[in-house]
Amino acid sequence: MNALASLRLLLGYRGREGMVAWAFHRISGVGIFAFVVLHVIDIYLVGGNPAAYDELLAFYASVPGRFLEVVLGAALLYHALNGLRIILIDLWPSMATYHRQLWWASWIIFVAVGVPGMIIILRPLWNPGPGL
Amino acid sequence: MTAQRSVELSARSSARARPSGSRRELLSWYLMRLTGVALFVLALTHFSILHFLFDPAEQTAEFIAEERWNRIFWRAFDWLLLMTVLFHGFVGMRTVLLDNIRSERNRVLIVYLLYGLAALVFILGTQVILTLPVRGQGA
Repeated sequence: MNALASLRLLLGYRGREGMVAWAFHRISGVGIFAFVVLHVIDIYLVGGNPAAYDELLAFYASVPGRFLEVVLGAALLYHALNGLRIILIDLWPSMATYHRQLWWASWIIFVAVGVPGMIIILRPLWNPGPGL
Repeated sequence: MTAQRSVELSARSSARARPSGSRRELLSWYLMRLTGVALFVLALTHFSILHFLFDPAEQTAEFIAEERWNRIFWRAFDWLLLMTVLFHGFVGMRTVLLDNIRSERNRVLIVYLLYGLAALVFILGTQVILTLPVRGQGA
């Protein structure tokens, strides 16, 4: 089964877009939570053990680290946009009629903001500066 | 704990339905939305500054002490972000865990472990923001 057929199956299953939106919201939320805990610990090291922080920073700035940052940014952006959609529907229930359209609209913003963001984060891959 | 929470997973809102019956649950439901809007601004600003305006390669411990955190404004901004993300992240994780753990004993245990982790993150984050010496030109 190819990717497109899997996607159609996923989007067509019972809760349809609403179910997928809910699952993605949870997955991205748990991922961001895990990063926040790590991030508070690494920033704590700036005061507690700056050398250890700088070592971890070297990983953040590396090529695999940058790909993980793109994943983090994508999770953050999806969670933020879908979260606004949830709030909008909760506070203005008549919008629930258009919850699927709102979800697709949030994907348009996701791509419009996310792709330039991804290019900025991955820029050192094709234009290595002093940092890489 | 709150075993009788009404968690109706609505395909419409794709989040928790507004809880009824418990004032505390209702309050945290509203606060999730309020902190969500705050985080839309705070977290996306924080991410944009540190990934788009600056590059991770520049952000050594020295950079944080001498540039990023040489102004009280940015320390206050990051601390406010920490407080909102603590509430939003830990209440969200509690919802996810309680939705997926059946045993009452484990529910209580896991939620207490989660609160313990929240306290640790609060202490570590607050301590470094308050105690890292202010260097550089700002302050």
